[in-house]
Amino acid sequence: MGGMSYTSIEAEQLTTAEYYGKALHDLGELHPDVVALTADLAKSTKIAPFVKAFPERLINVGIAEQNMFGIAAGMAKCGFIPYASTFSIFAAARSLDQIHTDICYQNVPVKILASHAGTSFGQAGSTHHAIIDIAAARSLPNMTVMCPADGAEAYKLVMASYDIPGPVYIRINRGFDAVVYEGGPDSVNFVWDKADELKKGNDACFIGVGAGVYQALQAANILEYDCGINARVLNMHTVKPIDKEAIIRAIDECGCIVTVEDHVIQGGLGSAVAEVIAEYGKPCKFKMLGHDNSFSTIGLQEDLLTIAGIDANGVAKAAGKLLGVEIGGKDNWDNEY
Amino acid sequence: MPANYGTFDKAEWLRLEKKADELRRLTVQTSVWGGSGHLGGAMSCIDIMTILYHRFMKLDPKNPKYEDRDRFVLSKGHAAVGYAPVLVDYGYMPIEELQIFNLTGAKIGMHLDSNKVKGVDYSTGSLGHGISLGVGAALAAKLKGQDYMTFVLCGDGEMNEGSNWEGIMSAAQFKLSNLVVMVDNNKCMIDGRVADEMNIEPLDAKFKAFNFKTYRIDGHDFSQLNAALEEAVKNAKTGDKPTAIVLDTYKGEGIDFMKDNYLWHYGSLDEEKLAQAYASLDATYKARCARAEKEGK
Repeated sequence: MGGMSYTSIEAEQLTTAEYYGKALHDLGELHPDVVALTADLAKSTKIAPFVKAFPERLINVGIAEQNMFGIAAGMAKCGFIPYASTFSIFAAARSLDQIHTDICYQNVPVKILASHAGTSFGQAGSTHHAIIDIAAARSLPNMTVMCPADGAEAYKLVMASYDIPGPVYIRINRGFDAVVYEGGPDSVNFVWDKADELKKGNDACFIGVGAGVYQALQAANILEYDCGINARVLNMHTVKPIDKEAIIRAIDECGCIVTVEDHVIQGGLGSAVAEVIAEYGKPCKFKMLGHDNSFSTIGLQEDLLTIAGIDANGVAKAAGKLLGVEIGGKDNWDNEY
Repeated sequence: MPANYGTFDKAEWLRLEKKADELRRLTVQTSVWGGSGHLGGAMSCIDIMTILYHRFMKLDPKNPKYEDRDRFVLSKGHAAVGYAPVLVDYGYMPIEELQIFNLTGAKIGMHLDSNKVKGVDYSTGSLGHGISLGVGAALAAKLKGQDYMTFVLCGDGEMNEGSNWEGIMSAAQFKLSNLVVMVDNNKCMIDGRVADEMNIEPLDAKFKAFNFKTYRIDGHDFSQLNAALEEAVKNAKTGDKPTAIVLDTYKGEGIDFMKDNYLWHYGSLDEEKLAQAYASLDATYKARCARAEKEGK
């Protein structure tokens, strides 16, 4: 699960950021115009493989994110494809003016790797949570906004970002994400501007992004087990441009949509989906799940998701309410002696 | 074009004075076409732009994007009412583009867009961005083994922005001798004088402390401008520090009623003021030519 501490999981898999590091290395090998920029977070953002292989193409600006994004724009205008990594909040909040003016306005191919997204750096508290960054990044003209569901997808998505024209904002979690794509990067069905349907169903549709995808998938399983409800699950890894066709199909075929994101519901994935629903004009039951106009408390991300009502149980319960069914009603505990 | 500059003799000095005078007039005219403009801070940096474009920078207006061109970043982007005339005069765009300055739908306006205006390498406007962009351009040259220079022109009030100092720190750390940061030190900002509002002096000592090779000169004296820039270009090949040039200038240089007056950060000229401005530019040009005749060699 995103934000789980590195020692509490005995996994052979890579963390999501380590998958990013691997992808950046592989891109560096394929493309001599790829440069990596960091603001004293090369270790935290796991770009060591690139640093070791191409030390001359690493630019560490020290603790100065605004300068990093300005330099990245300066280099992009001279033919480089810069991958600038830092924590999401220091990208989308602290450096928003540079990203707005130097990168998006000039429409240069700077790829922003925004790590420690959502509440995935849970114990660091709200100064290090990034729950407003999708809203900020999504509002910027020319910007593509992406957020993988797990490490394997992060690899595919970062590799794909090289060929996406213009600026790209890629939001990944700290630590391990719960595994959605069990077969690693090769098992990821990734088309950059198309949602990935992870579960079929026509009774409702969960649309998740990032850490929300796994929770949505588990919630769909709960609904199916408890109430026989077959919910569709979409991984909306690309929030902008959003896959309108997939949303419209969900309106027509399911008539009920629940969005799940580790982000405020004001301006994030839920808002992006709501825009499509409103413009389409057909009635559709709809619930946006995420942080609601509130900063999160300190804690492990898995706990913070529960508190915000966006863990599997919270998502299932909210969907049940929307559909008028009771979650957990099927279990009969009377016979338990 | 330029770059292979010859000796700075009297004739060269007078040639630059003539060009600067033309550009000052075109700047005033542009503010009339546009209805208004940031005249004060444009007039203070016409001299530095003149000598850069007409003596030092390698450029080709017929091929604005050619890779080895020198880069210029106008970090004080609001001086576009002076910068756009430089570009039009240089041949990047027809004069007709300038005649609709700031009007709805025009390509050229208060802050220049690098995706719309030929000859502009970087879009600027929000202050405190230019040095970082310039560091990126200079780093790119070093990585690619190219020998172009990057010149960044900042305002003095702009130096209040903390992001500049992030850029300055990194330019020295990366040993960007191919980068020249210039500050148009006209000592005025919108609400008052820089020293009264948020002092940034001593600027030269600050740049020195940040490990820049630093010059402080009269920004309206072509012989001093030339000497500092010749040194900066030499330093690019032999040195390992970036260059800073603090230009002591006057807001509204060349126009008596505007000169050194912070109230002329932005404004417009009615017919009476316009006539007065042109008369003042005549006198300025005459005085400056006399000086070049006397001091030039």
